Amino acid sequence: MTALAIDVHGMSKQFGDYQAVSQLDLQVPTGCIYGFLGPNGCGKSTSIRMLTGLLTPSSGSLQVLGLQLPQQAEQLRSQVGYMTQKFSLYDNLTVQENLQFVGQIYGLPRRQRQQRQQELLQLYHLDDKRQVMAGRLSGGQKQRLALAAATIHQPKLLFLDEPTSAVDPENRRDFWERLFDLSEQGTTILVSTHYMDEAERCHQLAILELGQKRIDGAPTMLMQHLHGRVIELRGSGLRPLKTELEQWPEVLSVAQIGQSLRLLLRLALPELGWLTGRLPAGISAEVVRPSLEDVFVAHTGRAYAQSQ
Amino acid sequence: MLSLSRMLAVISKELRQLSRDRITFAMIVMIPFIQLLLFGYAINTDVRQVPAGLVDLQGGAAARQLVHELQASQAVQFVRQYPHISEAEAGLTAGDVNAVLVIPADVERRLSDWRLGLADRELVQWLSDASDPMLSAVIHGLKQLPLGQTAMLQAGPPLSTAAVVHYFNPERRTAVNIVPGLIAVILTMTMILFTSAAIVREREQGNMEFLINTPIRPLELMLGKILPYLLIGVLQTALILGLGHLLFQVPLPQDWLSLWLVTLLFILASLTLGLLISTKAQTQLQAMQMTVFVLLPSILLSGFMFPYAAMPTIAQWLAEILPATHYVRMIRAVVLRNTHWLELWPDVLALLLFTCIGLLLVTLRFKKKLD
Repeated sequence: MTALAIDVHGMSKQFGDYQAVSQLDLQVPTGCIYGFLGPNGCGKSTSIRMLTGLLTPSSGSLQVLGLQLPQQAEQLRSQVGYMTQKFSLYDNLTVQENLQFVGQIYGLPRRQRQQRQQELLQLYHLDDKRQVMAGRLSGGQKQRLALAAATIHQPKLLFLDEPTSAVDPENRRDFWERLFDLSEQGTTILVSTHYMDEAERCHQLAILELGQKRIDGAPTMLMQHLHGRVIELRGSGLRPLKTELEQWPEVLSVAQIGQSLRLLLRLALPELGWLTGRLPAGISAEVVRPSLEDVFVAHTGRAYAQSQ
Repeated sequence: MLSLSRMLAVISKELRQLSRDRITFAMIVMIPFIQLLLFGYAINTDVRQVPAGLVDLQGGAAARQLVHELQASQAVQFVRQYPHISEAEAGLTAGDVNAVLVIPADVERRLSDWRLGLADRELVQWLSDASDPMLSAVIHGLKQLPLGQTAMLQAGPPLSTAAVVHYFNPERRTAVNIVPGLIAVILTMTMILFTSAAIVREREQGNMEFLINTPIRPLELMLGKILPYLLIGVLQTALILGLGHLLFQVPLPQDWLSLWLVTLLFILASLTLGLLISTKAQTQLQAMQMTVFVLLPSILLSGFMFPYAAMPTIAQWLAEILPATHYVRMIRAVVLRNTHWLELWPDVLALLLFTCIGLLLVTLRFKKKLD
């Protein structure tokens, strides 16, 4: 087993004139929970589909679990699990029948299949739902069932494409507990999301935009890089102040968060006095801990384009 | 290597889903039942009681006698009487009648010439609406209608030039021909419809993306998808034959082996055709449209409605491509003429070939890829 579950260089995908993914480099260590963070249409799903072998990349070298893609895609199938963005099990089969079907398709022997089924039903709190049609489950239950189905054959690598988009926060937290369990057992997980809180839980993160990787690294590291560039302003007259600050060349972005303005600067402040001196009276400024959202804003959209 | 357990998984999944789809399940039984009743009773190529008009320019006993004899033949039924030909023509145009009998004023004299064997002119004239060839053929047949005993006493009954023995369906009932052919039409419809939706539905409902990322092989998936319907096709065939026997006295086949052999071959061919549609169609609606595209020629060109022998050569070639043509030919042979399947080898071979090529194409076309 190589130390890297996924080793990708220069992966690109072109659909006609549209460049969905361009020159993506990706190194995912075994056992890591790796996140793709980005807005809709940034190439998250396309990248995952190329990594599972469902889409043929236009160019690039892809090695997943030591197998060359797309040539060895078929050998990869039994070693990876894939949870699609849309619920992909059968609405008119019961929870148990769905798991049974998936278990059979993955070729588990009868005894092992039944044992896995039982384990998963208990682990994902679906034991009392086993006779319920999958179509009648709630969003959270469906998503747990989908995860159970994707892991029934104990894959080494798990792909999750926006797994929690239809799930409430409590279920989402519970879902992540299960992911950490899987990771603990050595499963490598690649998860795409557009939620900051979810992205922050990942061991490693790549921020994607317009099919390109803007930055990657551990979330804490990414946030630390912005140290000294995020300022919180409090006081009165915040709306006109916001309009004014947006004109400053030093300012990357300004956002109002409740009773305060959150200021993201192009460079770290040498000292706070430089800023306070230029602010109107009655406004207080404080350097605060950067959040993942600041990282996201700093590396995507208009702010990113300006910083280049 | 094919995995039997994976194939069984797909089969049992399909059967479960089917058993929960009540409407589809009902259709499996209702389609054959209703169509059998509809076609069995309604379709009749033995045309009788064509609505006719009468223009009687003589108005005497001879005319009444003629009308009476024609009515008695049951070929026509006089529903209108017109004073002049022009009114009768208007009646034809309006569609009130399909034919008009014109009895000339001198019919009495023509009749006596006829009796003496001096006839140089016809007795009466038929004006026939030939826009419907089937109806006008009936009127055309009346050209030679032997008039009743009274009129023909001296000439004696006309002698036939040939004696005809009607084999297999001595009463020449249409239902005997229609019912076995109906199996072909109904199987074409239901089998293609089921499988043409099979792959598209999974794609539309989002199941496919998950499924193609599992180790399942295309051929396992395809066979798993068509085998359950084999059972349904057999069920429908039994239903149609049984009801046809009960309601229309269509004989039951004596050689059951031949019957099931050719039927299973045809079901497989139809299911394969459905799958072929399914790999091409992007949506279930498209699959439905393509099914209709195949269904219509299957009804019209297969020989189910119109005799294959009467079709131009090009249409016959076209018909040979359709599985239904081969099956209509075989099922009629097996059910009505008690033919052994070996005697039907060209059609057996054609269906076998169709299925194999179809399955090959389907498996090659179906890629475990999204692009």
